[in-house]
Amino acid sequence: MSTVTEVHPGGATDTREARPRRRLVARPAAWLVWGVVVFFFLNLLGVVGSVLVSSFGQRWFDTWLPDGFTSKWYGEAWNEFALFDVIVVTLQVSLLVVALSLLVGVPAAYVLARRNFPGKRLAYLVFLLPILMPPITYGIPLATVLYKFGLAGHLSGVVLANLVPSVPFVILTMTPFIEQIDPRIESAARMCGAGLRSVFLRVLAPLLLPGMLASAILVLVRTVGMFELTFLTAGPDSQTLVVALYYSMSAAGIRAQQSVDAMAIIYTTMMLVLLVISLRYVNPTQLVARVKEDPDA
Amino acid sequence: MSTTATRPARPAGAPQSPRAHWRHRLAERGVDQQLWLLAPAVLFVVLLFLYPFFYGLGLSFQPTEGGPLSDYARFFGDAYQRDTMWITLGIALPAALLNVLAAVPIAYRMRGRFRGKRLVTILLVVPITLGTVLTAQGLLNFLGPTGWFNRILMALHLTDEPVRLVHNYWGVFFSLIITGFPFAFLLVLSYLTGIDPTLERAAATLGAGWWQRFRMVTLPLLMPGLATTFCLTFVLAFSVFPSAVLVGNPAGETRVISIAAYQAAYEQYDYPYASAIAMVMGLIELVVISVVLLARTRFYTGSTGGKG
Repeated sequence: MSTVTEVHPGGATDTREARPRRRLVARPAAWLVWGVVVFFFLNLLGVVGSVLVSSFGQRWFDTWLPDGFTSKWYGEAWNEFALFDVIVVTLQVSLLVVALSLLVGVPAAYVLARRNFPGKRLAYLVFLLPILMPPITYGIPLATVLYKFGLAGHLSGVVLANLVPSVPFVILTMTPFIEQIDPRIESAARMCGAGLRSVFLRVLAPLLLPGMLASAILVLVRTVGMFELTFLTAGPDSQTLVVALYYSMSAAGIRAQQSVDAMAIIYTTMMLVLLVISLRYVNPTQLVARVKEDPDA
Repeated sequence: MSTTATRPARPAGAPQSPRAHWRHRLAERGVDQQLWLLAPAVLFVVLLFLYPFFYGLGLSFQPTEGGPLSDYARFFGDAYQRDTMWITLGIALPAALLNVLAAVPIAYRMRGRFRGKRLVTILLVVPITLGTVLTAQGLLNFLGPTGWFNRILMALHLTDEPVRLVHNYWGVFFSLIITGFPFAFLLVLSYLTGIDPTLERAAATLGAGWWQRFRMVTLPLLMPGLATTFCLTFVLAFSVFPSAVLVGNPAGETRVISIAAYQAAYEQYDYPYASAIAMVMGLIELVVISVVLLARTRFYTGSTGGKG
């Protein structure tokens, strides 16, 4: 953690290679920056660690660590909150959302990446709005409409609500991916007699697979973590893990704190597994937003 | 479905039939059958986003009692409800601002290559995936009166009795920092790495110190990116709901506007009133965002600028 003096990326290194490695004593500003980062991580560790320790603790009141350790809370949480069903629902919802949003989003992203047409800016704006709006703002009218048609309270309503931010997200992440593909490849395929369908299935799909995988994983992570929309539209048997966790927390006092903690840890583990998988395919900044990379920056 | 990817040139001879003529005219402007690929997504956004939105907008003008604007009058007339706007802005604006401002020096430090950079970025992604609900649970344990944080403060004799950090403004604020800061950091970092480093080296050869280089070269190029980051962080902070209920004081100082909307819809079952509150919420957010984006147009947004 001492390499905090000036580090130059890319081609600058050749002139600096001759220098001795790094100064160990950094400027005060550097220490301050690293101090803030370390402080942030320590607190983060405390936040996650206290839930983890508590979930394994026998009894934990006014002490540094619990009296004893046990894993009984996991069994209790599993049975009490019917976690198996909840996890099945969570997986069903997220996989359906991923599949549907890719199916709808990728063709639209293709058109937006390749074509110019009147109203293109308007289309972009309309696809951007669901991402810019806070979920509660459109979630409440959306839930009202879904209840009117009798869709809310079921799995279908939850899936439909979660699709609202996911489809634009797929479109916005896939458009730069498609722009990177040389259009001459498609022209060549067409010249050899391929129709739209075979261009898509046999030329574009294999090239787009990494992009689709990345965007599918991002949608998966976001859907598993999406609280507001699921909360507003879910019925008793269509709750996902976050919503079940929220209900068990806001009804605190009825159940042992530790079994809520155990449930939170189950949720975290699920998210971490997804995260580890996704980081194999995705650049961390993409989890936040897809920014178009300069080719030679 | 035999359209071409490139737009066809204007036909040389006269069109064969009026129908073909009409098609060619449209195709020249870029409208042809391929645009049907856009149809499912457009249909989808219209049905699930625009229609509910305008339905809600219409509903908000049809209150259960009184004239078309009476639900809005009810919201702005009731101090308990009206204050939710200021409470929300009072939490969201400082939190978003702090997240962005703290992210700049840290990202500036880390923009180059160094050992463990990937580890740091991966660690920073963790809180984003934790989500607000788990963060709330962790904060309750960690910052609570018998939590580790207060124990350390007391062990260091910095304070004699536990500092109250949860079930008030600060609990919500910390949860917004924990989920929002990594988000802002990763965005700022990606904008910063998009700025051509040779520009700064050119400034260095002209004798600019690090502050001058940052102030005169990097910062102006980074500003559009910072504005975008602020907007996205603000959207996250503005819609704070679970943490305001769980680590805040949802009846008092952290009764944010989304709680007011939720209570109207799901506790009083007054959908027109809830829609009105949701519309006010969306409007406030759009005003803040458009002010920031308007300011953003005053900055340079060229090719080596941070891709904003």
